[in-house]
Amino acid sequence: MALAGGALSLHAQHRPTPAAKAKAPTKADPAMAASITRGAVVYKNVCITCHMADGGGVPNMNPPLIKTEYVLGDKARLAHIVLAGLAEPIEIDGNDYKQHMPAQNYLTDQQVADVLTYVRNKFGNKASAVQVAEVKAVRATLPK
Amino acid sequence: MPALAGSLALVASHPTSVRVAPDPNNAGLKLPAGFGALVAAETGGKARHIAVTPQGVIYVKLNKVKDGKGILELHSQPNGKATMTGGFGDYGGTGMYEKNGYLYASSDHAVYRYKLDGKGEVTAPTKPELLVRGLKVGSQHESKSIVLDNADNLYVNIGAYANACQEQDRTRGSKGIPNCPILDSAGGIWQFKANQLNQRYPDGTRYATGLRNVVGLDWNPQDNQLFVMQHGRDQLHDNWPELYGEKESAALPAECLYALTKGSNAGWPYIYYDQQKKELMKGPEYGGDGKTPSTADYLKPAAAYPGHMAPDGLLFYTGTMFPAKYRNGAFIAFHGSWNRAPEPQAGYFVVFQPFKNGKPDGQWEVFADNFAGSAAKAASGRADHRPCGLAQGPDGSLYVSDDQKGTIYRIVYNAKK
Ligand code: HEC
Repeated sequence: MALAGGALSLHAQHRPTPAAKAKAPTKADPAMAASITRGAVVYKNVCITCHMADGGGVPNMNPPLIKTEYVLGDKARLAHIVLAGLAEPIEIDGNDYKQHMPAQNYLTDQQVADVLTYVRNKFGNKASAVQVAEVKAVRATLPK
Repeated sequence: MPALAGSLALVASHPTSVRVAPDPNNAGLKLPAGFGALVAAETGGKARHIAVTPQGVIYVKLNKVKDGKGILELHSQPNGKATMTGGFGDYGGTGMYEKNGYLYASSDHAVYRYKLDGKGEVTAPTKPELLVRGLKVGSQHESKSIVLDNADNLYVNIGAYANACQEQDRTRGSKGIPNCPILDSAGGIWQFKANQLNQRYPDGTRYATGLRNVVGLDWNPQDNQLFVMQHGRDQLHDNWPELYGEKESAALPAECLYALTKGSNAGWPYIYYDQQKKELMKGPEYGGDGKTPSTADYLKPAAAYPGHMAPDGLLFYTGTMFPAKYRNGAFIAFHGSWNRAPEPQAGYFVVFQPFKNGKPDGQWEVFADNFAGSAAKAASGRADHRPCGLAQGPDGSLYVSDDQKGTIYRIVYNAKK
């Protein structure tokens, strides 16, 4: 904690704006923190309706985004779910999810990277950021 | 069946001799004055629709097979608590209905029946008669709810496997498919014979169409008519953000009660009902803009309720235990919403809709509330319990099932009359 606080205050010295000071002390990576902030907006606009504010989903309809192998695992597969949707029955905690997830390919690469970075660091999740280049690479594999 | 269970059923068949005591906390429910509730049983399964025989035997359909059983059998004890006495049926599903000595059950693609004996017990649990098979099932609105009329007809809901028949389901800006092809085999109520085996689509009739998905349905004995509760469409804002705001989309469209006759068309996916404007509106997938009413001649709802509350159970109350105002009125179990975020979620209660001469008459009211456990849990959608099925006991008790934790509630009227 002391270390993180020190690093942050050091960083705050370089950009001494009040907004930067107000940032949570654990977010040591400013680029990632900014991505998470932007991702929260995308989540609220797009994903919240199905996966809910707490990421817990809707039983037997929309799966939770809490520590699932999809969320925490391979980033290309994760970006593929958002860009192309998902249509494979899955079971999480005894609940069956058969409904398909529609593709959200109208989102920009930046928005997809942001929302996935957000999801991977929210709802008790902790994982590395998703980069714009990683999303771009997945989009290139999809039919136009 | 063990001898003990038989004698218990006998006790339950003399309701006047039974003193049913509500739980001290009314099973956590909030009820009108004079009513009480108890937890009749904790099944631990996804308890969908329920049926209670004239002898008081309770049958519960599970959405998912648990310990090898898709249907649970419970017997009431004199104090109102029910004991699990058996189970059968190796399929999940929703439909459960009892009539004239048969128990009817549905999986997501078939309907079965089981003969009941004089004690209300299933005679051949492993050998159901297959009434209907090959029903369409997609990856949403899979459940097939069932009810019978008084002329040996079986009504089966076949839900539309889409939100609004878009080219790309639930996808932003995706248009509706002209002459929605789903309606050929789903999105309506089909009528079959209740006593004929091995029926398929050609043996049945599309009784009513243009119904997106119905879970709660019941036959109204007063005017001999089928009533159904439709689950209205989702995602007006998500898919058409330039036409609908978040608040509008949380409130609209209505969850509708329809009185059906043969050939009724309720208009899904072309229209939806706006309960604020009190009009049928053109759907945005089919040229609507949120402001233009539909001029087409579709069935108007008999009553309308706030959006997305998910009506999963409908029951006409014919008992004498409850005060007179409830007789021949309808109870509706609202499973609770998901499609209102970021607005608070709603539902998670049982509503009473007054009826007069077989038609809704007067304002609906919340009858049994707080299945969620708290207002905050309802608002977040993280409800402890979610009401689904409704059934009337031989003494006039109202049974409510919960498919979240599997609780079976029994609501009684205890005030002196
Ligand atoms: C219309 C509802 C809907 C929307 C909007 C939606 N999802 Fe999904 N999502 C689903 C469904 C349904 C599944 C399960 C699909 C399946 O099993 O085939 C799913 C699956 C997933 C999965 C994989 C399973 C898991 O739980 O880990 C991830 C990750 C995911 N969604 C993330 C997102 C993100 C991020 C967004 C917003 C950009 C989003 N979803 C928007 C309905 C939705």
